[in-house]
Amino acid sequence: MDPLIELRGVAFGYGSFNVLDEIDLHLHPGQFVGLVGPSGAGKTSLLKLILTLLTPGEGEIQRVRPDLRITYVPQIETVDWSFPVTAEEVVLMGLDHRQNIWPWPRARERKRAREILERLEIGHLSERHIRDLSGGQQQRVFLARALVADPEVLVLDEPTTGVDVRSAENIFHWLTVLNREGMTILLTTHDLNMAAAHVPWVVCLNRRIVAQGPPQEIFTEEILSDAYKGNFIVLRQDDMIFVQQRPHPHGLKEVLPDPVEGGLPNHDNLEKAV
Amino acid sequence: MDVLFAPFQYEFFRNGTIAAVLVGGLCGLIGVYIVLRGMSFIGHGLSHAVFGGAVVAFILQFNFYVGAVSWGFIAALLINQTVRKTTISADAAIGVVTTASFALGVALISRYRRFSQSFDAALFGNVLGVTPTDIIVIIFVTLAAAFMIFFFYKQLLFTTFNTEVAQVYGIPTVWIETWFALILAAVIIAAVQIMGVTMIGAALVVPPITIRLLTDSFHRLMIYSTILGAVTGLIGMYLSFYMDVSSGASIVLLQAMLFCIALFYVAKIRNRGRLVETPVYGPT
Repeated sequence: MDPLIELRGVAFGYGSFNVLDEIDLHLHPGQFVGLVGPSGAGKTSLLKLILTLLTPGEGEIQRVRPDLRITYVPQIETVDWSFPVTAEEVVLMGLDHRQNIWPWPRARERKRAREILERLEIGHLSERHIRDLSGGQQQRVFLARALVADPEVLVLDEPTTGVDVRSAENIFHWLTVLNREGMTILLTTHDLNMAAAHVPWVVCLNRRIVAQGPPQEIFTEEILSDAYKGNFIVLRQDDMIFVQQRPHPHGLKEVLPDPVEGGLPNHDNLEKAV
Repeated sequence: MDVLFAPFQYEFFRNGTIAAVLVGGLCGLIGVYIVLRGMSFIGHGLSHAVFGGAVVAFILQFNFYVGAVSWGFIAALLINQTVRKTTISADAAIGVVTTASFALGVALISRYRRFSQSFDAALFGNVLGVTPTDIIVIIFVTLAAAFMIFFFYKQLLFTTFNTEVAQVYGIPTVWIETWFALILAAVIIAAVQIMGVTMIGAALVVPPITIRLLTDSFHRLMIYSTILGAVTGLIGMYLSFYMDVSSGASIVLLQAMLFCIALFYVAKIRNRGRLVETPVYGPT
């Protein structure tokens, strides 16, 4: 089957500094792909190249059709939370504006927006201002905006940043459900354990693609240490994988003197240590 | 009742009032998008840029409206493109482009020194100078702006909310921003005669931020900001007439007073005992 999106030899940089090099990546129909890597690895830049918000310096990016429907859930911190819109108004933004030239939504458009909000279990919040929602609810509103456009490919940039563990689990649950229904999903995440538990194909990135494959093959101490330039512990229990970075190699013990019993190190010792 | 109707016996007051109501409403409407994009300074800056264009048009004996609108449009596009394609922030881009244009106008005035009187009126607003041609221009600009905002409401809303994401969803954001820049330049030209270059910035910003304090709804913000702009335009004209002060200054002072009342209401009455959450708009 032809890939929906194909990147061949893509490089991209800001000024003279290349943040991405030699990227070869295929996104096939029905895939659920997670991009992981340290901050500055080029994850968001890669998403923006795929979304044609950026132009590659080298290589090419091909879509299977020019009219491939791709929607995007941006990082939560890029949103202006004081903007005067309700959850429903945000969702309605995702509709194809060429279908309705009037400024107000049609009844069937509002119905569709409500159905998607209901499906994501936030239908009762549709009239709320976006600032008045919790982090997890806000993420679901932006997910609803992406879904109302009925996308073939859903792209999400760090969908679990700034949300609690339960909300993050819920978001990955919804993405898994959508993927099982046939939607192609590409996301970036810093949450390696969520990616290990939910994402069937992981691309480990640090300016180049370090490795890609199922999480069982990618989440190894060698690959993660290579990508993150850190020291990782990977624990496996049945089908589950737990990733944890080892404490700093020097530890605090060598930097600071032993603490006073039951409290912080005293000021003199601290000054000597510094 | 004489107080209300007596001024209408003067043609200048009739023309000025029609112009002030339309311009006030127009600034209130367009100002919503400006404020929400964190570009509050653009109205102030573009009005100065247009001043430079008007001087150049005068010297070259070119049509004032064509010269000034073209100049304002180019300045607005330059600001947009600078923000889009460089790391320079909106306020810095506005500062550079518009101040340079204003400086050009000042330099030309000081060089030719023969039309300072009429440019005083452009700087501070002059209700006596509103002609039937000015009113036709204002009506045309009002219709054009209303048409654009009505038929591109959703596209403008999404572009204002998040330009980059709107582009992914198929909104032609470059075209939307270009059209908006053209309309904004036209609004500023239309408003110069009544508000004056130095007061337009406030007329664009104060009505939307006043209503923003009172509502969280985008469409209500647009409707009430337009109404507030038009009503303060009307009352401001009476104040200007009876107190013998500049029309632009009286309108802006009235708007500023209403803003203070709204701020007081929100801080002391509506949100008594609660943390006041007022929106913060800054440069993007």
